[in-house]
Amino acid sequence: MDKGSRPIPLFLSPVSCGFPSPAQDYIESTLDLNELLISKPAATFFVRARGDSMIEAGIFDGDLLIIDRSITARHGHVVLAAVYGEFTLKRYVVQRSGAVELIPENPKYKPIPIGPATEFQIWGVATHCVHRL
Amino acid sequence: MIALIDCNSFYCSCERVFRPDLATKPVIVLSNNDGCAVSRSDEAKAVGVKMGAPYFKIKDFCEQNAVHVFSSNYTLYGDMSRRVMETLAEEVARLEIYSIDEAFAEIPDMSEAELRDFALRLRDKIFRHTGIPVSIGIAPTKVLAKVANHIAKANKEFTECVYSLVNEREITAELERFPVREVWGIGRKLAKKLGAHRIDTAKELRESNDKMIQQLLSITGLYIAKELRGESCITLEILREARKQVVSTRSFGKPVYEIEELRESVATHVTSAALKLRQQGLLTRYLRVMIQTSRFDENYHYDSLPMSIPAATASTNKLIATTMPLVDRLYRRGVRYKKAGVVLSDLVPHSRVQMDLFNGSDSARDEHLMRTLDEVNRRFGRGSLAFAACGIDKFWEMASNMKSPAHTTRWSELLRVG
Repeated sequence: MDKGSRPIPLFLSPVSCGFPSPAQDYIESTLDLNELLISKPAATFFVRARGDSMIEAGIFDGDLLIIDRSITARHGHVVLAAVYGEFTLKRYVVQRSGAVELIPENPKYKPIPIGPATEFQIWGVATHCVHRL
Repeated sequence: MIALIDCNSFYCSCERVFRPDLATKPVIVLSNNDGCAVSRSDEAKAVGVKMGAPYFKIKDFCEQNAVHVFSSNYTLYGDMSRRVMETLAEEVARLEIYSIDEAFAEIPDMSEAELRDFALRLRDKIFRHTGIPVSIGIAPTKVLAKVANHIAKANKEFTECVYSLVNEREITAELERFPVREVWGIGRKLAKKLGAHRIDTAKELRESNDKMIQQLLSITGLYIAKELRGESCITLEILREARKQVVSTRSFGKPVYEIEELRESVATHVTSAALKLRQQGLLTRYLRVMIQTSRFDENYHYDSLPMSIPAATASTNKLIATTMPLVDRLYRRGVRYKKAGVVLSDLVPHSRVQMDLFNGSDSARDEHLMRTLDEVNRRFGRGSLAFAACGIDKFWEMASNMKSPAHTTRWSELLRVG
């Protein structure tokens, strides 16, 4: 090599001749599913659905559920609740009377009434379901 | 004002987040290799499980009293800790994370009623977002915040896990009945020293003469006394300085008789201690290898050997090479070894050593090797890449068979809910 010569990287940009790609100046960062699906990472947990009690809500056995604990459950939310110490995923429904029920989305199963004496806790609100096709 | 936020029975609480059936049951978590109880729920304390009780001694007791026992799941606790701290950081301006389950926060001055309100809301938010219950103590200094937290925890029904200690009269009254041994940073040993000088309560320490305190307890002790007087002077730096050693030690799953197994276990301890060093940006200049039988063995035997390291290092391979001859010298045929460990001390920050030409430390090559090693293990899981000296089968290691799944960090171990 001559004195003062420098090695030139060969494939810095895949341009052999002609003009550089016109898109080069317009590149943005790639789309990130986390950004779309998770607003509160510290309060977000993943769980897997089991069984068929929520199939009419589009939640199937083995689906991945995104649970956000920071959201306060409201009428109509799909919630992960603990009833008498057992986890259950159901629709949270508040009747006109103010009575609360956890409703499965499959006629095979019965709603779970939540009375004042029921040992019950809402663990989090399901915000998304990831289903493999 | 300073708030100390401390998670209640942290490891037990982490387990309970994923086990709502245990919400009101006695629960304990054992140390590595199921050695002894390191975290107890209030219910477990109530039935009489003592902190640090060896598991083999309380196993039957736990069965009889329906105490739920977990092996430790540090992956889970680490992830839950991160969630708690992140949630906390949203609410306070300055957060200093002190340990896996404790953090100090600086909060603006407000009235006592407002402080209480703020703390209750903070406590509720952390619980709602993460499922972890916390206690909050608020006071003008860190040491006093620790006292306030202590009070909050000791009288939960009354305090609802939140207590502020702000006016002078109340501070004096509380310190008067607060044993000096319970003061943060004092401990049993120093309390004994103080007791000899008739200093038994926090108030007595606060009112002692500076010169005497410093003679008795060194400069850190003086800082503690000043903080008790309401003068803020302890930074996390000071606390870290005081904690200048890295220890890795663990009981074996079964007694070990062979030197090969002993060597492997020590190499494994060196591996984890050296990783801790690198994570904190430190190098060591002094190490000690310890081996012992069970404390309950009739032929109890403990032995250890030190070695100073001329060129400060954080390189796993160098440290393994240094410790192996020590193990060979310590080993005695026929002894039922139950535990081994290493202590790395005389620690210096990596940055300070780099500038020191003559003390020359790890070469660029060593450092590169360690960075690669850590990166591989970070990406593919702890222990994916290790030195052969650590052994492959590790049958001296105990299977932690009461360990909960990695609910939050492994796709294959997610909670299943129907």
